[in-house]
Amino acid sequence: MAIAGFNTSAAPKQSSTPLKTGKFVWVLLLPGLLYLGMFFMVPLVSLLITSVETPDASGAIGMYQYGFDLSSYQHVVIDYLPQIGRSFGYAFLATVFALLISYPLAYFVGVKLRTRPLIQKLTLTLVVAPFFISFLLRTIAWKQIFADDSVTMGFIRNLFHLDQTFHFLGTPGAVVWGLVYNFIPFMTLPLYTSLERLDLRLLEAAGDLYASPASVFTKVTLPLTMPGVISGTLLTFIPITGDYVNASRDFLGSSDTSMIGNMVQADFLQNSDYPSASAMSAVLMGVILLIVTIYVRRTGTEDLL
Amino acid sequence: MKEFVPAGADLELRGIRKEFPGFTAIENLDLHIPAGEFFALLGPSGCGKTTTLRIIAGLEEPTSGQVLIGGKDVTFTKPHERPVNTVFQSYALFPHMSIIENVAFGLRRQKIADPLAKAMDALNLVELGHIAQRRPQQLSGGQQQRVALARALVNRPSLLLLDEPLGALDLKLRRQMQIELKAIQMEVGLTFLHVTHDQEEAMDMADTVAVMNRGRIEQMGAPEALYERPKTSFVAKFLGQSNIFVGEIADSNSETLSISVAGSRISVPKARAEKQAGKIAIGVRPEKAQFHREAPADASDRNILGPGVIKDIRFTGVSNQYLIEIPNVGDVTVFAQNVGISPVIELGEKVWVSFKVEHAFGLADLPVGDED
Repeated sequence: MAIAGFNTSAAPKQSSTPLKTGKFVWVLLLPGLLYLGMFFMVPLVSLLITSVETPDASGAIGMYQYGFDLSSYQHVVIDYLPQIGRSFGYAFLATVFALLISYPLAYFVGVKLRTRPLIQKLTLTLVVAPFFISFLLRTIAWKQIFADDSVTMGFIRNLFHLDQTFHFLGTPGAVVWGLVYNFIPFMTLPLYTSLERLDLRLLEAAGDLYASPASVFTKVTLPLTMPGVISGTLLTFIPITGDYVNASRDFLGSSDTSMIGNMVQADFLQNSDYPSASAMSAVLMGVILLIVTIYVRRTGTEDLL
Repeated sequence: MKEFVPAGADLELRGIRKEFPGFTAIENLDLHIPAGEFFALLGPSGCGKTTTLRIIAGLEEPTSGQVLIGGKDVTFTKPHERPVNTVFQSYALFPHMSIIENVAFGLRRQKIADPLAKAMDALNLVELGHIAQRRPQQLSGGQQQRVALARALVNRPSLLLLDEPLGALDLKLRRQMQIELKAIQMEVGLTFLHVTHDQEEAMDMADTVAVMNRGRIEQMGAPEALYERPKTSFVAKFLGQSNIFVGEIADSNSETLSISVAGSRISVPKARAEKQAGKIAIGVRPEKAQFHREAPADASDRNILGPGVIKDIRFTGVSNQYLIEIPNVGDVTVFAQNVGISPVIELGEKVWVSFKVEHAFGLADLPVGDED
């Protein structure tokens, strides 16, 4: 999956001329294959094995032995259902908000600023600028801003005549806010690459063919930038479902906002319940894979996978 | 469901001016194109012809002036509300739609009944009905051009704008498309405004040609009139080729004006001269001039120049183009029909050039470099 959008046009099929696959090709592929094997396949298999382990006969905490025990799956799916629901719910909301904010922004940078390349590049740098500071620090900054006794919250309470007990930190709203904020660049950049290449002459042609500005957008602009929309939503939705920072009690969330990631972290690091943590991770991967497959199929962009 | 508004409408531009930061693309343009006419706007690149077209389509707003289509002021009307369609130079076909959907696009936006059947008819008109389900990128340049034409024509616009649509085609296909385009225009009876830099194309297809230069219309009229009587040196040189001689008026009678060039007298009928006093430029088309091996006898109805020498001969098939260098006059071009067996004359031979007085034309201005 590429950050950049892909071409809507049917890519010229190159398979007609069979490539010579000599031994040299395998030599070139070797480092990559080794890397994938060691850091992706081995951990994945290890994770799946751990997820079906059963408590050690000695009963010691944190000790497990192999046994095809699916009870961890049963446990996480039943007991962590609220977290699973919240993960996908928050991810859905945050993706939608990020798209609504990013599309106009990317349109402005990629289309309106085209005639001013210097300002365009500067604006693009501003979109990426938050990456210069650690993700954690930025989230902690929001925690300060939304703290119950902060100047901002005092101002907001006075402005809207809210009750003095009104608070924002620790609510689902604060978590979604943080997720949207942190993932906007991942949405904006693929949208930008799509919009930056958009042939404006097609928009003129649509206007010339009696399309109102609204139908120019829905019939031409949006379909032609759909690759950016798909890449952007996938690049935000997938990591957000697994995010455990924003929703954590130490950042913008509370115990009522915990997501799958927080449960995996707690099971693994605090409860030493490795099978449950692994099962939870496997469930998360499975559900994401299912959702993404359906999404990509329905939008007709299989070539992205 | 709506139905088509039939028939072309006339177009009127009143005092159109368009300024871009740093330069003026169009200065004070007035133009009237009657309904049903095939009108060509001819000029070199950068003369403001495409800007004029974009203003008519509504893609640019004029700095001042008015655009009227069928008598209605549309100067500030958005492109999608104008009864105008454009065949773009780049074709601008929608890559995410099939050919038939491209053609039906305008009909669907206007909510016209039965868009697919009408789109199919339009595709059949340009003989592309068999590729209706393909995508634009699977088509050749000529096919794309025809789809772009069908996509515009299918809406039966009052005015069809063509922005150098044949520019990207090879010569043979271009000739074929020119014939088809003209036939379609006669068949549907719409008003066509064709913008081009190809003078042959403009003369071949249009009822009226307007030659544009530096944001102004230099001359306008039927192709024959423009060719036979160019009024400015720009038109004389841009529309075909011309030999131009510059001099002070030396002699004049009731019918002709004469200038003296390197000892030779060159006359032009007064009725064919734009300027009657001072320094003037007299021109003649190369195919109206002849060369002679011996000095022709003086005749009041012929202008005679020379002797000079043949400097270059270019064989173009149908005709030969001779470049004759005449001392103190410069190079004179003569086209001669290739009726004998080439070559009829050798390089370096001594020749005289003559042309009929009635074929000469007097220009309103002087060529660049000969101004006072």
